[in-house]
Amino acid sequence: MSATLEEILAQALHQLRDAQDLNQLDLVRVHYLGKKGLFTLQMKELGALDPDQRRSAGQVINHAKDQFQQKLEAKKELLQNAALEARLASEGIDVTLPGRGQTVAGLHPVTTTLRRISKIFASVGFQVVEGPEIEDDYHNFEALNIPAHHPARAMHDTFYFDAHTVLRTHTSPVQIRVMESEKPPLKVIAPGRVYRCDSDITHTPMFHQVEGFLVDTDVSFADLKGVVYEFLRAFFEKDIQVRFRPSYFPFTEPSAEVDIECVMCCGKGCRVCSHTGWLEVMGCGMIHPEVFKAVNIDSEIYSGFAFGMGVERLAMLRYGINDLRLFFENDLKFLEQFN
Amino acid sequence: MQISEAWLREYVNPAISTEQLVEQLTMAGLEVDSVTPAAAAFSGVVVGEVIAMQPHPDADRLRICQVAVGESEPLQIICGASNVRLGLKIPAALIGAVLPGDFKIKKSKLRGEESFGMLCSEKELGLAADANGLMELATDAPVGVDIRDYLSLNDNIIEVDLTPNRADCLSVEGLAREVAVLNQMDWSITQVEKSAVNHADTLTVSVKATDACPRYLGRLLKDVNVKAETPLWMRERLRRSGIRSLSAVVDVTNYVLIELGQPLHAFDAAKLSGSINVRYANTDESVALLNGQTIKLDNETLIIADDKQALALAGIMGGSESAVTDETQNVFLECAFFSPLSIAGRARNYGLHTDSSHRFERGVDPSLQERAIERATQLIIDIAGGSVGAITDATTAATLPQRVAVLLRKLRLEKTLGIDLADEQVVDIFQRLGMSVQTQSDGWSVTPPGCRFDIAIEADLIEEIARIVGYNKLPSSSLLMRSELGKATEALLDLDRVKDLLVDRGFQEAITYSFVDEQIQQAIAPDDDLIRLKNPISADLSVMRTTLWCGLLKAALHNTNRQQNRVRFFESGLRFVNKGDHTQQQRMLSGLALGSAYSEQWGIATRKVDFFDIKADVQAMVALTGAEVEFIPAKHPALHPGQTAEILSPQGEKIGWLGMLHPTLEKQLGFDTQVFLFELDQDLLLSKQIPKFKPLSKYPSVRRDIALIVKEEVAVSAIINCIKDCDEPTLQDIVIFDIYRGKGVEEGSKSVALSLIIQDFSQTLTDSGIDAIFSGLLETLTTKISAKLRD
Repeated sequence: MSATLEEILAQALHQLRDAQDLNQLDLVRVHYLGKKGLFTLQMKELGALDPDQRRSAGQVINHAKDQFQQKLEAKKELLQNAALEARLASEGIDVTLPGRGQTVAGLHPVTTTLRRISKIFASVGFQVVEGPEIEDDYHNFEALNIPAHHPARAMHDTFYFDAHTVLRTHTSPVQIRVMESEKPPLKVIAPGRVYRCDSDITHTPMFHQVEGFLVDTDVSFADLKGVVYEFLRAFFEKDIQVRFRPSYFPFTEPSAEVDIECVMCCGKGCRVCSHTGWLEVMGCGMIHPEVFKAVNIDSEIYSGFAFGMGVERLAMLRYGINDLRLFFENDLKFLEQFN
Repeated sequence: MQISEAWLREYVNPAISTEQLVEQLTMAGLEVDSVTPAAAAFSGVVVGEVIAMQPHPDADRLRICQVAVGESEPLQIICGASNVRLGLKIPAALIGAVLPGDFKIKKSKLRGEESFGMLCSEKELGLAADANGLMELATDAPVGVDIRDYLSLNDNIIEVDLTPNRADCLSVEGLAREVAVLNQMDWSITQVEKSAVNHADTLTVSVKATDACPRYLGRLLKDVNVKAETPLWMRERLRRSGIRSLSAVVDVTNYVLIELGQPLHAFDAAKLSGSINVRYANTDESVALLNGQTIKLDNETLIIADDKQALALAGIMGGSESAVTDETQNVFLECAFFSPLSIAGRARNYGLHTDSSHRFERGVDPSLQERAIERATQLIIDIAGGSVGAITDATTAATLPQRVAVLLRKLRLEKTLGIDLADEQVVDIFQRLGMSVQTQSDGWSVTPPGCRFDIAIEADLIEEIARIVGYNKLPSSSLLMRSELGKATEALLDLDRVKDLLVDRGFQEAITYSFVDEQIQQAIAPDDDLIRLKNPISADLSVMRTTLWCGLLKAALHNTNRQQNRVRFFESGLRFVNKGDHTQQQRMLSGLALGSAYSEQWGIATRKVDFFDIKADVQAMVALTGAEVEFIPAKHPALHPGQTAEILSPQGEKIGWLGMLHPTLEKQLGFDTQVFLFELDQDLLLSKQIPKFKPLSKYPSVRRDIALIVKEEVAVSAIINCIKDCDEPTLQDIVIFDIYRGKGVEEGSKSVALSLIIQDFSQTLTDSGIDAIFSGLLETLTTKISAKLRD
């Protein structure tokens, strides 16, 4: 035996201390505990001793081996922790850099506004219906109690294809189409594009309307007022002042124009409301008996109300947009503001 | 319609401010558009009289005037106006006066002579845009009185935007009636006296179109001094009504129009030959109008003619040949009732709109004509003298509009408005509105006056009550309605879901016009019929789109022209396609992408968007519905022939297109980068498979990768379809993971690497079983598409 057990242990512990990383540590482990390791050899040499000696000597060797093993484990954990620390330190990134991938875009403000309007009405059971945009004269005018040559036709600057075919000037024909095919009770809103032959700072030849109507037994003007009030307050999310003015639409009687307190100046008077403090936001009224007659609904049994509003106008008021024409230029700098 | 507030208040003068009056009118459905002062602000101008005048020693055109202004001494004022003369009464601006435009009058010297004020023209007082000399006041104008008081300039012009049903308010009297009702006051009607007839000449009036002209009154006025000056008060009232003073006779007809609401026309009697005929025009006739226009007539146009020719468009505009001129001596005055239907639309057909046609097509009170012609006679005689002939009355009583009684049920009134009203209040409102009321057991029988063309049914009477009570005083109820459970249709994907998906994938929603530039439309879809608007707003918005790409491309250009180098748009809306004899209005969903695939960012190499980026977007939409669609190589006139796919449903329906904008169009439209487009039929896209459960296998799945060499022209879809067509029951999925061309693969061929995932429902697959499946598949692939396994 060239070295005593004490010497081996002391040397082993020394080498453990000197080990710099897990690889070196493993070499040390093999050197002492491997098949040909120094402690292993010591154990093998026990076979040459007699049984009594073998036991006590074995205990001594095992004790030294245990000591080494404990230190080895401790050192291993230390080195593992250090390695993890080092890895974590090296893996640091700049978390302030922007994320990668596809960017999210947005809906057109008219769509967003339409969705809000639909949501408010859908919550009380209104059904959303669409209609054709190329309309016949009957649905756009006649059935709505606007016969040929009626002065009200002058209020609609109509685009024509031929004498009987037009681009719908309002969403009201959807009222007729629904009432022709379905029986009351009816609760419907009809959003969509409408067209007027007019183009200047405050008019575009195409814009959007939402038509709404309700037909049932015992529907009154008071119900119309209630629905309109509640809708406008829900839309503007504000307990806004609302007023009803008598007006005229051939397809409603009585008819009303609805004004809200100017949302720009809170009714004090400004350029937007022409210094009146009020903004016109929709037309409405009780469905005219002639309209019911055109769709074979008995106006002695049923009554109903209808209303129509301009979507761009509501969007302009809601978001403070000051130029109608921006809606159809599709400038990304405009559209992205509503994403 | 605009009128003077002071004029209105002569008829009814409630103790309320202008603001309150305006508010009242607006809230009664007579919307006031604007209130403007009758005259610009000025002060310090009084009625003056030139009492002495001498030439200026140093200036030929100036006069030194002594002007009485109601003070102890007259003022010396230098004046250069040509019409200044002794005894003339004029507006005199005193020292310290401020004229419109903040023009201050100071003591001054003109060529050495002192001037203590200024004599004014209408222009200088802001009463006219132009003036020719000093404003001449009436000889009885009281010297020294403030000109604003004398001319009642402290007045407002109220502009009322009347709805077409309220023709009865197109006059001072009409508005006065309404104001009186609203304030529960009486109003004073214009007093009209019948003029004494003092000559025996009349013209024969023959009305052939009695339906269109139930009443025609005519009267000959002789020896009228048409050059007589219209009095200042009348000119002022006309001015405040927006009507220019022309000559005494014409001014009177316009004045009566505003005062009573009755249009009248004055003919030069000397230009008329024979009798007056009211008839429909012949198609070969034409008439030269007062506005200088000559129009060809059609046989639906009502005209006034003499025995020789057409003279005027009845109820719309007079003719130039028979018009009153400075030489006119005898005037034939026309005062008729033309039925609204005979005038409605006529003026618009000829591109005309006059005060007269505006009133006749909405309805003039058919009982007003006699009063109106007497009123006009009286005013003409007062102003221009002359002798009065008898009225020729051609009335067809049978065709005059009859006012029928309308029944209003008390219960209906209360149910519609949701209020209880006292019977006396209802009756009072109707009576003040000029209606005659008979109380009945369950309500009232109400007959409207001649001026109301808008009261025909019960609902009209209900509106009148609501209007006068005030809409805002009516109750408002919360929504109490029968409700049914809503629907949740699962076989139809909500468009909103697809839109949200596109938004999340970086597409911005656009909304473009449904009518587009004919050139772009033709370039993109040359095979589609043009659906042309008869009256487009402009040439670039003249045909209906047959594809949403027209608008999206234009919107994209708008942005690329503004330094945007990455544009991704989508739009949903109708396209319009002629199918046989009708136009199909198809709901489409379309998109466009150009520029880099991702917005510029670190860590991703910038690359241009390509076909497969957009295909992934389309596939993502399709995936929402659970449908399997096919992308078939196809040709579209707007798209690159090698990068176009038509999208078909499993039933072979054409869902839409996907592809790269044809490079020729790309250049022609002005893009400098590739543009990718898709367009899908919404109805086909959105039909959704309702998921159906399949049991899961308990046995492991196996993935095998193979590389197949096929000819270049064999589409990958052909390989996949070939495998699918084998109906191998264990096949779960096929993934394409590489396409390779180059070394090891001969020219004209490609290597397609795919992995197949197979799984059995009854056993764990063995190697030999798997080999058997694969050799079967390979055999088919070899037979059908000559695929070879790559070594």
